[in-house]
Amino acid sequence: MTQATTASNAQSAATPYNEGVIRNFVIAAMFWGVVGFLAGDFIAWQLAFPALNFDLEWTTFGRLRPVHTSAVIFAFGGNILIGSSLYIVQRTCRTGLYGGAALGNFVFWGYQAFIVMAALGYVLGITQGKEYAEPEWFVDLWLTVVWVAYLTTFVGTLIKRREPHIYVANWFLLAFIVTVAMLHLGNGLAVPVSFFGAKSYTLYSGVQDAMTQWWYGHNAVGFFLTAGFLGMMYYFIPKRAERPVYSYRLSIVHFWALIFLYIWAGPHHLHYTALPDWTQTLGMVFSVMLWMPSWGGMINGIMTLSGAWEKLRTDPVMRFLVTSVAFYGMSTFEGPMMSVKAVNSLSHYTDWTVGHVHSGALGWVAFVSFGAMYYLFPVLWKRSQLYSMRLVSYHFWIATIGIVLYITAMWISGIMQGLMWRAYDELGFLQYSFIETVEAMHPYYVIRAFGGLLFVIGGLIMAYNMYRTIKGDVRTERPYEAPEAVAGAQQ
Amino acid sequence: MAGTPEKDAITGQHTTGHEWDGIRELNTPLPKWWVYVFWATVIFSIGYVFAYPAIPLTNSATGGLLGYSSRAELETDLVAARAEHADKLEAIKTSSLDEIVADTNLRNYAMAGGQVVFKENCAPCHQSGGAGQFGYPTLADDEWIWGGTLDEIYTTLQHGIRWDQDADTRLSEMPAFGAMEILSDSEIDAVTDYVVSLASGNPEQGTEGATLYEEQCAACHGFEGEGQQVLGAPPLNNQLWLYSGDRDAVEAQIYEPKHGVMPAWGGRLDEEEIKQVTVYVHSLGGGQ
Repeated sequence: MTQATTASNAQSAATPYNEGVIRNFVIAAMFWGVVGFLAGDFIAWQLAFPALNFDLEWTTFGRLRPVHTSAVIFAFGGNILIGSSLYIVQRTCRTGLYGGAALGNFVFWGYQAFIVMAALGYVLGITQGKEYAEPEWFVDLWLTVVWVAYLTTFVGTLIKRREPHIYVANWFLLAFIVTVAMLHLGNGLAVPVSFFGAKSYTLYSGVQDAMTQWWYGHNAVGFFLTAGFLGMMYYFIPKRAERPVYSYRLSIVHFWALIFLYIWAGPHHLHYTALPDWTQTLGMVFSVMLWMPSWGGMINGIMTLSGAWEKLRTDPVMRFLVTSVAFYGMSTFEGPMMSVKAVNSLSHYTDWTVGHVHSGALGWVAFVSFGAMYYLFPVLWKRSQLYSMRLVSYHFWIATIGIVLYITAMWISGIMQGLMWRAYDELGFLQYSFIETVEAMHPYYVIRAFGGLLFVIGGLIMAYNMYRTIKGDVRTERPYEAPEAVAGAQQ
Repeated sequence: MAGTPEKDAITGQHTTGHEWDGIRELNTPLPKWWVYVFWATVIFSIGYVFAYPAIPLTNSATGGLLGYSSRAELETDLVAARAEHADKLEAIKTSSLDEIVADTNLRNYAMAGGQVVFKENCAPCHQSGGAGQFGYPTLADDEWIWGGTLDEIYTTLQHGIRWDQDADTRLSEMPAFGAMEILSDSEIDAVTDYVVSLASGNPEQGTEGATLYEEQCAACHGFEGEGQQVLGAPPLNNQLWLYSGDRDAVEAQIYEPKHGVMPAWGGRLDEEEIKQVTVYVHSLGGGQ
């Protein structure tokens, strides 16, 4: 293993880090990841072949879709995000968790209970019907308790740190925790119909409800899926590359620019709706201004590899981390572009949006998580190395091909769909009926579902690699060349 | 661990002197292109805010120098679309169906417009191109239950079939010969055999089924099974079936017939649209 890992292991002997709870989070992330990927691929096949809805209310697309989105975002993403944040904050503050294992375990089991309650509710039809905020009021209240405990252990650890400064990763992670709390409370305000009933009604009505929902929805992307995972990136990329972070100044400027601008961008989800024009304008311009602040993270991630580029060839884990940042850069250019009203008039309500989300979700969020998890397996379970680097490489290529199939299919299908909706014939009539646009999308739905299947297979390979690593096995395989040897051969 | 800044050999930049868990940071200046593009997006945004409605005031918002409003833009588009179609729609409204079909331009226009309306409203049952499916008659062949002339198609569209909210709806109710105990089970069996043979082109004359058919069925479906459009009684002397020609299906229909319903489209579609759909359906292949 690398020197850095050895060094940090040596350090952990001296400092009482709480690693048991991190191990739980990593196992949970792997489990929910596979569940969420499978659910996603299943509903992708449902879109291509509707008979797979089985005519049962519990297995319809409408109920399984939130199971997929919540499983991948909050169960897979949330577990690895909370787990790695509690790992990072301990290491970069050189101290154990505030509240110790007890508080950490409460956060862990409390969060799993939230996931199970939410998912059961979706399948049984108990839902607020708000995208990415489907859980009903009692589940929301429980999550609030868990989240306050999480904030407490994170901030408590920061306060008792044994380092003079707070590392950049922790700025992003704290922004994520605080803002998600605010979003959850703001968007979740609802009045239960009865004390013992599951049903509630939101406090907002009409376009104000829509605006609040997308203030929440877009900032879930901005602070959960972007700021949180940037925190992860800021620790694991320099750690794995064994190189200093490219630019401290850039990290300060892009951090503040990102969190200031992101919070205003939600209205771009509601272009050309009942939302007042002025709100749409502000949503668009704040999104356009977000482009460079987002790219600041990409520059800092990729340029940190200066002097360690050969690791892309010799270290498949590094490949996951760097490719994730490349996908991050691509989707944070695509996002501002799609928020421009002229582009949005074509892209809105089409599969293009679905493709955009997945280039970010699969390419950025999942890949940076995979990189972090592959880094953590041997460290957390005190193994000398991963079971197999070759399997990491297979996972990387299979999943990458899956993503490319997915997003190209959705680009073609989405743009085609948008163009078909607005096509007029020479007499001034709409050229296509809605059902004809649905029929035209079928082949792309099959390609997308196949790409998703590859992503699931990659996830299963990873789970196997994790299991064997924890067991302490090492696969007999041709090792990757040491970076020094590659660098030497080039000269 | 706070320390002193060091020079990084590979990039030539200095570190900040901070270190966390072995991670250090370079103090590289902001990339110039990054700063310039960021300012460019800021300047674009400021310009856009001046040009379009943007800043909320007490009871309204700034209107922007371009005077843009999405509602006004939509209204302009709708007015333009209406203007583009106004002449043709007026002509369709004032012309009879025969006149529309006789005028090549108007006929082409009506067929195109009728197709759009058909795809959105009729295709879910009658399938695209009027291909039909069991229970929903094919509109592209020359067998018509209620008549295939322009006027007859128009009437069917306007008032629907067995649509109880329309007083003038097409109405026919074949009796449930089994369920209402008009015929015994063995008689139904016999008449089913006869109807199946009638459809095959070789009716088995002199049988019990043939006699029963003459007594019970011929009044509406005709002695030769030729059907009667005024009554909505379909022909039985061919292989075109509304509810499948399978023997069991024929028997079930005699025992207790399904009575399909089509909504009256008058009131749902406007007069011009119904006329256009009429011309379109008439053109599908079987118009008389």
